[in-house]
Parts: sequence; structure tokens; C-alpha cells
Amino acid sequence: MTVAWKLPEMVTEEKLIELYHQMWVIRFFDEKVDEFFAKGMIHGTTHLCVGQEATAAGVGALLTKEDKITGTHRGHGQCIAKGAEASRMMAELFGRATGYCKGKGGSMHIADLETGNLGANGIVGGGIPIAVGAALTSKMKNLGYVTVSYFGDGASNEGSFHEAVNMASIWNLPVIFFCENNQYGMSGPVKEMVNIENIADRAVGYGIPGVVVDGNNIFDVMLATEEAVNRAKRGEGPTLIEAKTYRYKGHSKSDGKKYRTREEEMDWRKNRDCIQFLEKALIEKGLITVEKARELEADAKKVIEDAVEFALNSPHPSMDTLEEDVYA
Amino acid sequence: MREITYLEAVREAMSQEMRINEDVFIMGEDIGVYGGAFGVTRGMIEEFGPERVRITPISEAAIAGASVGAAMTGMRPIMELQFSDFITIAMDQLVNQAAKNRYMFGGKGKVPMVVRTPSGSGTGAAAQHTQSLEAWVAHVPGLKVVQPSTAYDAKGLLKAAMDDDNPVVFYEHKLLYKASGEVPEEQYSIPLGVADVKREGTDVTIVATAIMVHKALEAAAELEKEGISVEVIDPRTLVPLDTETIIKSVKKTGKCIVVHEAVKFGGFGGEIASIIAESEAFDYLDAPIRRLGALWIPMPYHPEMEKAAIPQVPDIIQAVKDTVAFR
Repeated sequence: MTVAWKLPEMVTEEKLIELYHQMWVIRFFDEKVDEFFAKGMIHGTTHLCVGQEATAAGVGALLTKEDKITGTHRGHGQCIAKGAEASRMMAELFGRATGYCKGKGGSMHIADLETGNLGANGIVGGGIPIAVGAALTSKMKNLGYVTVSYFGDGASNEGSFHEAVNMASIWNLPVIFFCENNQYGMSGPVKEMVNIENIADRAVGYGIPGVVVDGNNIFDVMLATEEAVNRAKRGEGPTLIEAKTYRYKGHSKSDGKKYRTREEEMDWRKNRDCIQFLEKALIEKGLITVEKARELEADAKKVIEDAVEFALNSPHPSMDTLEEDVYA
Repeated sequence: MREITYLEAVREAMSQEMRINEDVFIMGEDIGVYGGAFGVTRGMIEEFGPERVRITPISEAAIAGASVGAAMTGMRPIMELQFSDFITIAMDQLVNQAAKNRYMFGGKGKVPMVVRTPSGSGTGAAAQHTQSLEAWVAHVPGLKVVQPSTAYDAKGLLKAAMDDDNPVVFYEHKLLYKASGEVPEEQYSIPLGVADVKREGTDVTIVATAIMVHKALEAAAELEKEGISVEVIDPRTLVPLDTETIIKSVKKTGKCIVVHEAVKFGGFGGEIASIIAESEAFDYLDAPIRRLGALWIPMPYHPEMEKAAIPQVPDIIQAVKDTVAFR
């Protein structure tokens, strides 16, 4: 990976250091969740994005509070990058009343409408048409916001993806289809599940630009997102961005990872880690020292420790709320 | 009062609302100059333009999903599903997304959308274009389900559906589109969850939905000649369901028959029968509750077979006589 040292207009060098910190927050969040699952302290299931932090942070950096996202089941990073508080997310995973969903949604349904997060999604490809609808509102009401729909390589084989991208294209909607290609749909290697080199190539079939970026290089992610946001805001319609990345952990908590080698995992971890990449770039540029990097890392760890404390000290929801909120 | 058709009542309800509420718009297949497969939206694109009468590709999942997303962000979309059978393709968005968002997000947000869709047989369109699948959606917490049987009900219930902050599936019966009735010109709302006693009677209660309301009324008129007094109740909405009106009627008559066009096995009639059996009306029952519904077959094409697949007036008359004669 090489550093272009070109930053989007709205991302200052100071902001870049914040993003570095945010990537650590995302990583520690999911590593902590992994630990609690292993200990049996959190129930249900979860999908971790350790290794993919640059996509969420890079996209989030280009969005304002008014912009919207629809997320995936592997969406903790997407939520944090859109402005969610780690404490209320952790509380949700612990099923507490202070959680984003008051303990009713869990890992796969974190939504924070106030920060434009229209919800993670337990259905692969489920959020893609919803993003199109949110973009339609922006256009019809002339609100000027853009909507980013995150989805994975696996979701690009769902009908909802194709229907939604086509619809957004013919209506010129301000939406960005952001594919986090982490190489595997659960156990299915993307190379065996699609017969093309790049998922971004599918954009051609819908008459929109398709861009491939190194998803572990936050600069590339940000620059491609900036262009897509600008294009959407100019009223020129959607863009499909494919970010090639890798999830270090298994699909979910019960994954033995028999479908890939430990060598492959180590190669990504050692040679292509997105946090190490940005850290090296920041130090080489002289924006932070090694000591400062460790300080930021430690602070991120503290953010998560505080989040855990908040969660554990939060009350469980009252059983009186069991039948609440089915209808508005 | 002036008379208009059921189809015109649906169109009028939408048009009147779209004139006063900028957030309401409609999207669906062929709903522009074509006017929709059954002509319900004819003339609307001329009045409201292509932004608010939005022709879509043949993409039911995206139509439903875009409706969910638009509804979550401040619009009040009406989506037209060309045939209710196509709900199979839109099901993820309706069942996993629209119905559950608010609950699983901890009470945040709302999804005010209406799914308008024609259902029912009698058109010779065979197995993939004639189903009555309302029990599927009625089974999902978070959705509301409406089945108007008259022009008057169609207009008032659609107004209530458009005003509702939840996803509402609004079933229009194809064979009723041309049925005329008295309909006020001004807007009015019929609350969801209020049944209508279409005919008062004392001997037997028939709970019927959609087109079966008319068949039940026909049967009731015949039976009156033989001295049997039939009460016909149209729930109008399956969710929420007005159980009170049904239970009250059964307590009065002591006998009940449930009639719907949908396949009997697993149909919504089973739910109505169970609610009666679990209620205080049980002690008043003088005969078993009977259900009439379609046979356990996909809808056939042949016109006589198509008729034989679903309850007809003579079937209802026979069921009433059997019930009255039960000892």
C-alpha cells in the first residue's frame, strides 16, 4: 500500500488523527465484544468487523449528520463512524434499557435515526432498497443529503441489490452503494460466488460509475467516497464503490474458519492492516509521534472500557416494555 | 347521494389526499398513462405528474424497499403491487423490514406506508394471479391488514390507511372494482379495527371478508325467504381485528359461519373461529363453528373449476341450513 497524501476537502489533518483514533475505537469495540461472547457474557450472535475499520471510518469522514446510512449485520464500525456512542451500542449488546434499541434489537439492529443511521440489517441485502427510498426522500423534498448503503460481497448476489441499483440509476438518486468486499460471504469465497474480477464491474450493467478501492487504505476510501458524494449532491446519481478488505475474525461467533488458511489471515494482518497503515503514514508525515500513537490507542481502549462499564451499570429493560412499540 | 365504483373510490381517496398532503405519493408498475393493470390510477399522472405518480421498473423488492426507506425518512408512500400474488417478491421488505423496524429499533422511527394490491379470483388468470394470501401478512406483528368490500368502505378505509403511521396492506378485490355504491364526495375516514354489521339477523352469524361479504348477503336474502334470519359481519380489517363486534353477534345468535375466499386450511377463518371459541361466546354456541374457504388446490384456470374452488352462494346457504339444523 502506498500513501497518496491527498485528502478530501472536508478532511483536515486534525480530522485524520481523529479517524485514526476512531479506527482503534472500532477495533477495540469488536475485540471486546468477541471476548465477552467467548466468556458467555453476551448472548445471541454477532458479526465482527475487525480488520475492516478503514471502510467505515473512511466513508463516515465524508458524511454530515444529515446524511444517512443503511448498514449491514457486520455493522458496529459503520454505526460508530456515523456518530453512534460506543457506550449505548455496548449497552444494546448487553441487552440493557440504555441501549440504542432498549435491548430489543441487539447487534444486528442497531439504529440511531438522530445521527442518520437507518439501521443495521440482519437480512443480507435488506438495507439496499431502503437506502434508495431514503435517497428518494432527499430528492423529492429537495433536502440535499446523500445516503450510503453498506453491503458485502455476498449481498451483491441478492436480487435486492440489482433491483435497487437499477432503480436508483434510472431516477438519478443521491445514493452511494458501498460494497465492503471482505472476500467471504460467510464461508463462500467471493471468487467462487461471482464470475467477474470486481463487483464494481456490475455498475456497467446499470449505467453508473463503478470504482474499486483498496479498502484498507483510508485515503483511497475517502477520495472515492468524496467523489461519489459530490456526484450525488450535483444530482448526477449513484455510484458503486467496491472496497477490497478482509475480516480477521470468522463470520460469526461459531465459525471455525475451515474455508481459509491461517497463512492468508496472517498475510492480511501483518502486511495490510488498515490501522497500522494509517499509523505509519501519520508518523512518516510527522503528524504524530510513536508515543502519541500509543497514547491515542490507549485512549481508544479507555473509551471501550468506559462503554463496558456504562453497559454493565445500566438497568435491564422492564418486562412491561415487552409488547411496546410494535405499532407507532 | 351519488354513486361511484369501488375503483373510483380508491382513486378518489388517493387523489384527494395527494392534493392536500405533499408527502403522499404513489409508485408502482405501469401506473402512469397506462393507469395501472386495473386502471385504478388512470388520470393521476396527468394531475400530479411523474414525480408523485412514479412508474417503477418491474422490481417488487425495490418498490417495497424504497417505500420503506422513503417512509422512514418523512414521506408517506403508497405502493401499488400489480397483483397481490407478487407480494412473494416484496416479502422481505414488508415482513423483515417494514413490520419490524420500529420494534427492533426500540420504538424509534415509523414506517407510514400503504401497500395497495388487487387480490382474488374470478378473472381466469389462474394460479399465480388470483390468490388471497392475506393470512400471511396478518400473521406478522407490525403490519396492518385491510380488506374493503364496498366502495364506501374502500374510500374511508384507504384514508385511514394513508393517515396511519404504520405499514398497511390494503387488499382490493378485482371483482369488486366495478361494484358501485353511495360514496360521499368529501374525505372521510373509517377507523381501522371497526367491523361493520352489513345485515342484522338473529339466527346465525356469518363473518365474511371481501367479496364473500356480497355472497353472504345474497345467501342471507335467500334464507330469509325460508324464515332464517342471518346476521352478516364484515370485519373490514383483519389487523387490527374488531373481536368485540364478532363476539357480541355470536352471543346473540349462538351460531357462526366464517367465510373467506382464501384457502380454508391455515386461513384467517381459523383465527376468527378460535377467537370465538376462546371467548365468552363459547358458552352461547348451539352448534360447531363452521369455516368455508377455498379448496386445498392452486387456483385452476377453467372457469367452472375456478368457481368450484371457492365458496359460492349455494355453499353458504347449505352451511347455514346445516348449522341451524344442528342438534
